[in-house]
Amino acid sequence: MESASEPVALEEGEEMRNRLEDALKGHQADYLELRVEEVESTTLRYRGRELEEVGRTLSRGGCVRALVHGGWGFVSFNSLEDLRTFLALAIEEARLAAEGESRLQEVEPVVDVVRADLVKDPRAVPLEQKKALLDEYNEALWASSPKIQTTVIRYHDVFRRKWLATSEGTYIEQERADVTASFVAVAREGNDVQQATLSLGSAEDYGIVENLHEQVADVGRQAEALLTARPVKGGTYTVVVDPILAGVFVHEAFGHLSEADHVYENPRLQELMVLGKRFGPPELHIYDGAAVPHRRGSYKYDDEGVPAQVTPLVEGGVLVGRLHSRETAAKMGERVTGNARALSYRYRPLVRMTNTYIANGTVPKEDLFADIREGIYVIRSLGGQTDVEMFTFAAAQAFMIRNGRLAEQVRGVNLSGNLFETLMNIEAIGNDFQWGPEGGGCGKGGQSPLPVGTGSPHLRIRNVVVGGE
Amino acid sequence: MATDDLGFLDRDFRAYLEQVLDLASRRADQAEVFGVQSIHTPVTFEANRLKLVETKETRGASLRVIVGGKVGLASATRLDAPQDLVEEALAVARLGGPVAYELPGAAAFPSLPLYHEDAASWEPAAMVEAGRGMIAALLEENGELLCDAHLGKSVEGIALLNSRGLAAGYQKTSVGASLGANWIRGTDILNVWEEEASLRLDLDFGNLVRTVAEKVRLAERTVVPPTAQMPVIFTPKAVASTLLESLEMAFNGKLVWEGASPLAGRLGEQAFDPRLSLVDDPLAEEGVGSSPMDDEGVPARPLTLVERGVVRAFYYDLHTAALAGVPPTGHGRRGLGALPAPGLSNLVFSAGETPFAEMVRNLKQGLVVDQTMGAWAGNTLAGEFSGNVHLGYLVENGEWVGRVKDTMVAGNVFQALADILYIGDQAEWVQGSVRVPPFCFRSLGVASKGRA
Repeated sequence: MESASEPVALEEGEEMRNRLEDALKGHQADYLELRVEEVESTTLRYRGRELEEVGRTLSRGGCVRALVHGGWGFVSFNSLEDLRTFLALAIEEARLAAEGESRLQEVEPVVDVVRADLVKDPRAVPLEQKKALLDEYNEALWASSPKIQTTVIRYHDVFRRKWLATSEGTYIEQERADVTASFVAVAREGNDVQQATLSLGSAEDYGIVENLHEQVADVGRQAEALLTARPVKGGTYTVVVDPILAGVFVHEAFGHLSEADHVYENPRLQELMVLGKRFGPPELHIYDGAAVPHRRGSYKYDDEGVPAQVTPLVEGGVLVGRLHSRETAAKMGERVTGNARALSYRYRPLVRMTNTYIANGTVPKEDLFADIREGIYVIRSLGGQTDVEMFTFAAAQAFMIRNGRLAEQVRGVNLSGNLFETLMNIEAIGNDFQWGPEGGGCGKGGQSPLPVGTGSPHLRIRNVVVGGE
Repeated sequence: MATDDLGFLDRDFRAYLEQVLDLASRRADQAEVFGVQSIHTPVTFEANRLKLVETKETRGASLRVIVGGKVGLASATRLDAPQDLVEEALAVARLGGPVAYELPGAAAFPSLPLYHEDAASWEPAAMVEAGRGMIAALLEENGELLCDAHLGKSVEGIALLNSRGLAAGYQKTSVGASLGANWIRGTDILNVWEEEASLRLDLDFGNLVRTVAEKVRLAERTVVPPTAQMPVIFTPKAVASTLLESLEMAFNGKLVWEGASPLAGRLGEQAFDPRLSLVDDPLAEEGVGSSPMDDEGVPARPLTLVERGVVRAFYYDLHTAALAGVPPTGHGRRGLGALPAPGLSNLVFSAGETPFAEMVRNLKQGLVVDQTMGAWAGNTLAGEFSGNVHLGYLVENGEWVGRVKDTMVAGNVFQALADILYIGDQAEWVQGSVRVPPFCFRSLGVASKGRA
């Protein structure tokens, strides 16, 4: 039997629609929403020399969300037998939480079917072929340096079919694919172990994991190089940030604060985040949007059935917009933006970013380094985190800058910023915009990793706190 | 354990698991079905108000087959087609990784009180009442706060059936509560949170309120620490959230076997301060990580990882133990969609001798760190950490001076645990499955906008 099987069909077309719409009828609630999901996925994982795990998952589940007098009830389940009972339970829960007024921004109900438009469908690639390719990459990793102690390779593809039906008449079926791969090399010298990682992702193309031999070998060489890099000295520096880490920077430094669920019930934060307020230099423009095509955070409708768009967040350094669910948009008197996303049927939608980016600037990359007496060039990302005001973003690779020139490599470079200072401290924006490799994901409210895209040109930022001894 | 270990399973689900095992056993050399039947009921308060009440039901199964010495895994939450699951697992096993272990047969498992009626019958209305009470009490302390709270219970059933005759399982309750406070003054934002988890309904809501209120009060003033090496106290919460990942990796039998752990080859060596002992205890009655067996059917027992600073053991699942040529320790942990991997249950640190207040009094200049941010993004394998001090305080001459911000704390977990000034005399449960005292490390790197 061939393991890359046909997609599992739950129920086709009209039958599913009738089933969901019938279940929604005749309840007492201000709003009801029913989602169903079928997921088929393949995982391959290597540790060291061996393929350690090959796995297949066939998942099915659903959820209902009910709104009654401002209170929400939510029920998720694996058995689709008794949808009306789950709806009744969600309504009962919502009544318990009801202590106000239900407000959702009005939207036109949508009826649509969105098929996945794939460049290269991972389901069409036989498992044997995926394994053979990963075998080659593992060889390339091991051959890249004599210091390699172990390797980890993880490949994952997912094909998801989602149905959404609401009490307002929206009925949407959407398909989505997701392909991710990560390559980790661990190098060792005595008691010192260092690691380097490459991770990639795409919502439409298996091809992103093909022809990576050279990039994969470079991961091994990076791990080896870290063994001889010295730990960075803690302090405050001017930093030049490469486009990939700058993408993570904008996601953490500004993206999360632009999610309206942080501000819509927090009057003091609303004052700090009033539209028209200046946050950065006039050259700074920040956008987010699932309507940007072909990125990992792209889609046609969010999980409330709101069409995707591209939302300007900062233009000319000034706050001009934010990201909304229907509830946050209604409560703040702003327009919907199509940013209500749920990780899976086990979760309610939250306001999330999609593809977040800093638009291209005008400064050539080489000019960014000029006249920096002592600074750090930070490259690629190990991840970041924010609490809205303060944030961190960690570099995978870093070099000291001395008198305008790249100098020795340093390691352990984690940078800390503050929303109210750091964007204003952007001194220059490069002219070399680039999307990130999109292998990671975003976590919020226990929902992680959600596929997102990030992008930016090179940035130069002054007065950034870097941790170290 | 009960006469029928699997009596808690819904009949249909049990029939499905048995059918899968039966079908798979005929075609594979070894087969094992892992089933999860759980229900999670949380309530959520945001910005001082009840926002959401939820019920999350999960029912799913994983099938592991070993055919000709190769392993395959398939999992499903579609429980209407047992034959499909078996075919998927057999198909991937043809390409699977080599394995050299035998699944364990039936065994005598320790008897543990994991299911508590008071927790199982905690209803959402009562959670709501407890949440409202916490928020009202906290607002009484400081009316400018915006409070978030989460309260919830889980009833989780684990079932394990294999072709060697094992048919075991257990049902476990757990409850949890967290309380967070957000305080904005000008452009200064403070977020403080505390949480508790337990197998039974013995959460101390009043203690959560008092602790959050005290940490908010201590943060009223903001100060800038110098950029320097200095002694740093990590609260139990900070140890668990910042330093644990490196320790978990270092004692993981898989990383040890690969030689990627910095502790590989160091059994019997004095790697830590002699006052430090570390035990993984799956039988701790208070720990939410407790269970009578691991997720592969190996009976659970306590394992001493560090004894008075000396590395005594690493932890293994079946596969890794077979690779390393050591007995399994009962640490196979898994979710539905993946093969088991080595994982801990309840990590218990020995307490020291110094009261927390005395540690603070003894600091000439140093930090108390309670929450960090982004410290996970780095070379945790080598024990290196560098994180934003999300909630932390400067202490000078034994006095609390104020909250520090825009400050990083950095160091190496292994060096820090070998160079300890004081260990607190009170160990606390954090996150329900770590019991740990506060530590005062002799010298960590503090970086800020303050002068060096």
